Parts: sequence; structure tokens; C-alpha cells
Amino acid sequence: MLITLDINRARHSLDLDPRVTLLDALRHHLGLTGTKKGCDHGQCGACTVLVNGRRINACLALAVMHDGDQIITVEGLEETGASALQKAFIAHDGFQCGYCTPGQLCSALGMLEEVRQGWPSHVSPSLEPHPVLTRAEIAERMSGNLCRCACYPGINAAISEFGGAAEGTTSEDAA
Amino acid sequence: MTITLTTDGPAEDRMPEMKQGLVGVATPRPDGPLKVTGRAVYAAEDLPEDCAFGVLVRAPAPGTITLANADELAAFDGVLSVLQDPAMIRRTAQGGAGKAPRQGPGTADFAGQAIALIVAESFEAARHAARTARVIVTGDPGLIDPAAANPEGEPKAQGDLDSAMREAEHTVDVTYRTPSMASAAMEPHAAVAWWQGENVTVRSSLQMLKDNRAELADCLGIPQDRVRLLAPFVGGGFGSKLGIAPEAVAAALAARRLGRPVCVVQERRQVFELVNRRSESHQRIRLAADAGGRLLGLGHEALVSNLPGEDHIEPVTQASRFAYAAPHRVVGERVARVSLPTAGSVRAPGEAIGVTAFECAMDELASATGIDPITLRLRNIPDRHPQNGKPFSSHRLEQALTEGAERFGWAGRNPAPRQRREGEWWIGTGVAAAFRVNTLTEAEARITLTSEGALVETDMTDIGTGTYAILTQIAGEALGLPVDLVTVRLGDTDLPPGSGSGGSFGAATTGNAVWLAALDLRQQLASRLGCEEGDLSLQDGEARVANMRRPLVALLNEGSLTGHGHIRGGEALKQVRQATYGAHFAEVAVSDVTGEVRVRRMLGSFAAGRILNPLTARSQCHGGMTWGIGMALTEGMVLDRRDGHVVNRDLAEYHVPVNADVPPLTVHFVDERDPWAGPLMVKGIGELAICGAGAAVLNAIHHACGVRVREWPATPDRVLVGLA
Repeated sequence: MLITLDINRARHSLDLDPRVTLLDALRHHLGLTGTKKGCDHGQCGACTVLVNGRRINACLALAVMHDGDQIITVEGLEETGASALQKAFIAHDGFQCGYCTPGQLCSALGMLEEVRQGWPSHVSPSLEPHPVLTRAEIAERMSGNLCRCACYPGINAAISEFGGAAEGTTSEDAA
Repeated sequence: MTITLTTDGPAEDRMPEMKQGLVGVATPRPDGPLKVTGRAVYAAEDLPEDCAFGVLVRAPAPGTITLANADELAAFDGVLSVLQDPAMIRRTAQGGAGKAPRQGPGTADFAGQAIALIVAESFEAARHAARTARVIVTGDPGLIDPAAANPEGEPKAQGDLDSAMREAEHTVDVTYRTPSMASAAMEPHAAVAWWQGENVTVRSSLQMLKDNRAELADCLGIPQDRVRLLAPFVGGGFGSKLGIAPEAVAAALAARRLGRPVCVVQERRQVFELVNRRSESHQRIRLAADAGGRLLGLGHEALVSNLPGEDHIEPVTQASRFAYAAPHRVVGERVARVSLPTAGSVRAPGEAIGVTAFECAMDELASATGIDPITLRLRNIPDRHPQNGKPFSSHRLEQALTEGAERFGWAGRNPAPRQRREGEWWIGTGVAAAFRVNTLTEAEARITLTSEGALVETDMTDIGTGTYAILTQIAGEALGLPVDLVTVRLGDTDLPPGSGSGGSFGAATTGNAVWLAALDLRQQLASRLGCEEGDLSLQDGEARVANMRRPLVALLNEGSLTGHGHIRGGEALKQVRQATYGAHFAEVAVSDVTGEVRVRRMLGSFAAGRILNPLTARSQCHGGMTWGIGMALTEGMVLDRRDGHVVNRDLAEYHVPVNADVPPLTVHFVDERDPWAGPLMVKGIGELAICGAGAAVLNAIHHACGVRVREWPATPDRVLVGLA
């Protein structure tokens, strides 16, 4: 099937087998391997990308479902004003092996937008807007992105710094 | 030139002479910018032109295998090959094997084994054919249940433990059961293979390239010098990538047959079966103590399992041999031979589950004696190795416990359980000691010094451990160069053989090889300056001798210099017991209604020699502590009792800790230099932090609500039974 994807503000026309996932379109057909395949089942979050501004698991979407959509991957983050988040991940050591990192970064950006729009989470004290970006909110909302190296303290500190969290979350959290 | 050192005794600490101020300083990873922009290249990436895709086919049960519809699959649209090559491997190689594991996919040793590879023009076509494969299994599957086996091995006895148990004031005799556990690294095992004439290059996700090269060459029946392995970035290992795995061998075979590159990635559900699991264990622990809590006898006997012919016997009692003093002892493992997925090394094999169970039993002894759990441990620290009388190279358990206790706020704790309640939640705290053996293997490294800076090269890997960072720091420190003038190249068997990443020996072994290569360069620089190496001071790209200052660039105008370092472990590993020590503290909340456990905070206090980089070392400790939370509360592979297949073989059903499961973590490093650990005096940190971490959580559960959970993980149902 012929489709067009707008990826990191560049248009790509592709002729794809309808079975190709959005993730495999990026990795196998466009050489954009920054987006990772950890489980291919929507269980780990390593493939998280932003589609029309919202975070999704690219492994759970067929590429042909996204004809004409605007997609941002880790390769395009620097141009979208997220370089401060990338720098914060480095400064707080928010990764070790780095394989989940592209997904963590895209997920964090999508998550912060959800908070800005007033979406509540399981740990929000009320369903009314607007949730406050606390450590617990970050941890809850980022729990779809597994990190087996377990850099959650660094990830949360980086997101907290970038997102302007209500309470300080440092990667060396005082007990 | 090469500086070669065998660690035969205590080393001299030359770090204070160095002036650049990099070692011991929190330094961000030089590979960070690549990792946060998606430019770091992992195994199944940067595919060569015309690359075909392969998907492995699994055996549904152990036995003799027939692929009934191979011809039909071969005719599928896009399918290039249905590969059932006798050289394909049945098992993933054990760490350090250096030779092929069992080959021949006509037999499945366990359910889930790879028995064929479908190669197609596209991943989708290969996957479709693999899913359509009809695999028929016949014959005897062999024994599945470890409890039904007649186990091999006999624990080692000293003195008379039975008498000690009869005569002691206080005794504990308990059995802990731990399930099989998965490494579950985020990057699935993957390989891309391409041939140029008789030479094959494979980019794969591997920890120990030197050994993996030998293993792959043996599998393919070709000399090692025709195999080149690349692993510049590895998406987590935790032991699972120590040995060559089925997808790499299959990719190389298929690429040879088809004459074009082939990429094979294990599907996540295959990773759970094909990658070596941590063996389940059945641990009987006996403790006999006098009224003051001093151990008279100690028993730690473990039953583990593995396939016939595998030499990995999960060394559950490895630390119990030296952790605590007691004259009467029975310590060791037995192994049941079963047709289950291969057991092998998973982060801190042995101590991860062995120390954790033993430290739970120590907490039971603390309860039985009414002695504070920290005091009880301090009273039982041995002066020398309790089994063989050898001295310890350095022993900081006391400091780890007391410094950790002070930072956690342990003093004044009421030892009685069920004392603190907040709404439906019982609140409690727990402590456990951490022990892990330390070793040093063999590594070589090369540093080329030019007017552009230093290039450090070794086939060592960085599996997230921070190798790029620490080797940059070590070379920069010794050569007086800032980090941006040092480049580290790793993960290529064309480079000098490093130690590989495993057993927490990577930083010490390869780090010392880089250190020696830098000392070699210092000698060459001194010779160009006409001075003694010891009089040479290098800082900020400048050489200083007495009152003379020369830019390194000027010295290198005569030509670049190359330094070689080669280190290997020697008598220092035999004459003393080298180990790392630590202490874990946890506070948990246990729901009286559901039995759910939430960890509220954890603190780890670790002594691992010189800490090269507090930033990356701390992250490794966070990892180990978090694995402890998983071990205590959520992680366990469920193996089917009929055919041994892994029932929960994905990340939805095998529960690794997620962000919300992990509370604020605090890491404290105890000041230590261990001269027996080599010139850098650094010991392994990556595994220490998992050893005993889960015990702090489990002991805190008991303190909170009075329930001892001796079959892990402590899921709500198992806690609730005790609460009722």
C-alpha cells in the first residue's frame, strides 16, 4: 500500500506490506533505528513515538493506519525543543544501556503534554484538573516504559527538572 | 612495548600521583549524546544492503523434532530458506565457554528451543512462515520436575552441625523456595551476519566478545581469525549475553547459505526460553547460636536444576562459605538434571538468591534471639575465611552496616512486628547484609597518543555499566588529558581482547589493562623528555618535570605513541579472599486488606574498593536494588509441570519492576581501597547491590505485619495467607 508519513518534519512516501508495523516501517524501511523494539507487544514502551503530539507504542500500530500523520521520533527531538530533556537525561544518568531511552524521552514529552492538558492519573488526588507534577505522578505516568537497568531515579530527576516539577526530585533522593 | 602485570600480591596505589582529577569524580557518560539521540547502533541496526530477515521456529516440547511442513513453508511468498542446519545450536553457551554448545536442531532439549530458521525477504514474510510451522515432537521428553530427580553433588561438611543444632540455645531451620528468574534485558538478543569470502562479520548483542568469537568459530567450524564480532552498544546483558546464542549462529549459517546478509532477532517470547534462566532453588538454612547470638553452626544447602551436560550449577552458597564465622558447617549445592530451559548466569549468580535467602534466615535468628539484626551480624563477622583460614583482602561489612544504619535512621527501631499502622497499611523496616565474591580475569588494551588526544581500544563491551565513561577517566587521569581529548573504542574483536562484561570483573580487569597501557605511554613520554617516569607530571595536555613544562603536542611531533597494557589475575586471587560487602535497608508498607506490599524507601551502603565514577556506580546500585525489589515482590518464571515450557514468557506476565514500583533510593559508598584487587584497587559493583537487597524488603515485610514469606515472590496472596 502506498502511504505518506510525515516523520520529524520530512515527508516520506512508502509502498508497504499492510502487515508492517509503524515501528518496523521506521526501523526496516526508513533506517530510523533510534526507535527501539523491546517486546513488539506493547509491553515495554521502548518503541514509544509521538503521533500528532500523542505518545503511542509504535509496535502496536500498523504503518498504514498512520497515512498522513505527523510522527516525531527520538531522531527529531532536538528540533522540537526537547534538547534540554536530552541533556537532563545525560546529567542525571537517566540511562545505562540506553535501549529504553528513546522511548523514555518520547514518552516523557507526551506525558508532560497530558499533564498540561489536565489528564488525571491513578495517583492524582482528584479527577479535576489540573494535576500537579509530583514525583508520584511522574513515576505513575512513566510506568509504561520499562527500564531493566532500573534508571528510574535518574529518569524521574531528568523529567522533573525539564518539566518543572512541583517538588524537587533528585536522582539521589534523600530517604 | 607492553606492560604486563599478573596480580600476585598487594599493589601500590599510584593514583595520588596523578593530577588530572578525573577518577573518583561523577562524570557523565561520553556515550550519552549518542544514546539520547538514537544514534547509538545496537545489534539489529544499520543493516547492510540487501539484508534478509530470519525468524526462529520453536519446539513446543522436548523430544525428537520433525518440521512437518518445511516444503510448504519454503514455497511461501518471500521465503528464501527454511534452515535446519546441524550446526545450529540447541542451547545458549555458558559464560566463558569458548566453544560451541550442543548442536543439532533435530532434538529439542527443552520446550522453546530453536529448531529451525525461516529466512525471507521481509520480516513479515519470515514471521508468517515461522508462525505457520508445524513441529511434531516424539520420544521421551525426559524428567521435567526437579523435585523428582535424583540430584548430583554433596554439600561440604565441617565439624558436626547436627550436634550444634541440638545443643544450641537458639536455632533456625527453615526452607526458602525461589523461582526461576529472567534477565529480561531490554534489547532482545539479535544478530546481523554478512560474509566476505571466507570471513564472517556478525554484529550481535553480546557481553564477552573474546569468548563469543571462539564459540561462534567453533559452531561454524572455521578458524577464529575468520570471525569478526561487533558489539559497540549492548542493550543490557545481566549475564544473558555472556555466551553465543542461537540467533547469532543461525544468522551466520543462513547468510553463508544465501550469500547475502541475514538479520535474526529473537522475539521477546523466545528470549524468555532461549536465554539462560536463573535456576529456581530450594534452600534449607540451619543456624545454631548461643544466647548472645554467636553462630556455633551454619547450614546452607541448595537444590538447583539444569539440563544434562551443563556445567553451570547455580552457586547459591558461594558467599555462605565465608560470610559468617561458625565452627560447624554444612554448605553446598545439589543439582537436578531436567529438561527445562538452560540455567546459567543471571546478575550475581549464586549470591543474588543465596545471600538473599540466607539474610532472611539471619533475620529469623534475630527474631528468635531478640538481638538487633545489625548487632547479630556484627557479632558474627569472621576474622579469617571460616572454611580455609585465609585472610580477607579487605573487609568492610561492619562499616557498611553501621554507616548505612546511621544514614537510614535505624537507631531506636522497635524490633517487635506489627507496631506501626497507617490506615490499612502496616509499616516496617528491614536490613540485610550484602556479599559478593570479587575476581579479576585477563584483559589487554591499547592506547594511541597523538596530537589529537588519546584513543583507547579494546574489544571490551559497555552493556550499560559505564565502560566508555570509566575507561575515558582512567586514561585521561594517567595521561593528563581532559575527557574530551580521550576517545574510547569498544566492542570489536579486531581490537585487543578485553575481559568482556560479566561477574563484576569488567571495570577492574579492563580498567587495569587501560591503566597499564597509560603507564606504558608515560614511560615513553618520560624517555622522550629524558626523565624518570615517576618524576613526570601530566595535566591538561601538558608534561611537567621539575620546572620544565612542555605541551604533549610538542612531544608528539616526533610521531604518535602507542601503549599496551595486559593484566591477569594471579596469586592475589588465591592467597586471600577478595569480596565486596554491603548493607541494604528498606521501609515497606503492607496492606492489611489485600496483602499488597509497597516499598517506601531503600538505602544501600556498599564497599567495593575505589569508586571510579560515583555517577555510573550509583546507577548500577540503583539497578541492583531494584532487582532486589523485583525478586522480593514480583519476579518469577512459571514453568509448566508437564513439558517445562515457560508459561509467563513475556513482559506482561513476567513482572519486572516498573517506575512506580521503585521508591526513592539512596546509595552510600564506604571508603575503601583494596590493594589485592589490582593497581586501581577497584572491585566490582554491578552485582553487589542485588545480593541481599530482596532480603531487606522481605525482612521489612515481617517487621511490618509479622508474616515470613519463604516462597518468593511475596505476591499479595502469599502475604495475605499469613495475615489471616
